[in-house]
Amino acid sequence: MGVSLRESVELISDPKNLDASVEEVFQTMLGGQCRREKDGQAVYEPESVTAVVGFGGLFSGACVLRSDTSTARVVAGRMTGVDFDEVDDTVRDAFGELCNMLAGAWKARVPTLAGHCGLSVPAVITGRDYNIHVQSPEFKVHHFFSFDGSRFDVTIICDGLK
Amino acid sequence: MSEIRTLIVDDSSVMRKIVERALRQAGLDSLVVHEAGSGAEGIEVLKKEKVEIILSDINMPVMDGLEFLRQLKAQNLAPGVPVIMITTESSEEHVKQAIQAGAVGYIRKPFTADQVKERVLPLLTPA
Repeated sequence: MGVSLRESVELISDPKNLDASVEEVFQTMLGGQCRREKDGQAVYEPESVTAVVGFGGLFSGACVLRSDTSTARVVAGRMTGVDFDEVDDTVRDAFGELCNMLAGAWKARVPTLAGHCGLSVPAVITGRDYNIHVQSPEFKVHHFFSFDGSRFDVTIICDGLK
Repeated sequence: MSEIRTLIVDDSSVMRKIVERALRQAGLDSLVVHEAGSGAEGIEVLKKEKVEIILSDINMPVMDGLEFLRQLKAQNLAPGVPVIMITTESSEEHVKQAIQAGAVGYIRKPFTADQVKERVLPLLTPA
């Protein structure tokens, strides 16, 4: 009999998994605590940076990390020990890797998911006035966080569960 | 400890630097680091350089970490050199595949310098 993740949908979509994953990754890789922000708003000016890591296999969807350029530079600085004046290739690389680790940490929280879901390499988008649209997702978990005075948000989108 | 030559394979240059920093924090001050951005680049490095340990990601474009391990074996490159996978892919299935392909250890991202030290030092220190 084949494996199905349908029975685990409540466990997979549990919002606590996302909060715990974000906390684990930021604590381990950036050496600081981040806080969940309940008001669920952020204005990313003048531009935003978005990293996307796709999920494939029995679970398909994406992990999306988004912030303004200032936060992306802070995060990259904490990861590398270097100060950045602009969003360059290293900042984009660091932001993409952070998203990759968030996606990995999130799926590792559900053992049946971890073994049947692969990750894509990260894609990073920088710009203004853009939206990421997913048609009729099965579920979406979207939380805002703050770290070191900076705001960012993370979204887990599921567009297919077998 | 005498000079340790290592190969770090990861498509992210930031992660390669973080791994290098963790190795230095583990006490490997006299570290000579070779870097590769894919398994294919790693193979080319090993055709020219001798190393004592290899740390490799799994998810990479061009040639992923598992294929890199298979190619090492097929081309008889770096025989006896321990390979540790450092990756977000940490399911039992992924670990099993990596061990079967020739890896001797596994570190899940995100990782601490202590975790790198625990896995790497025993492979470099004579018993």
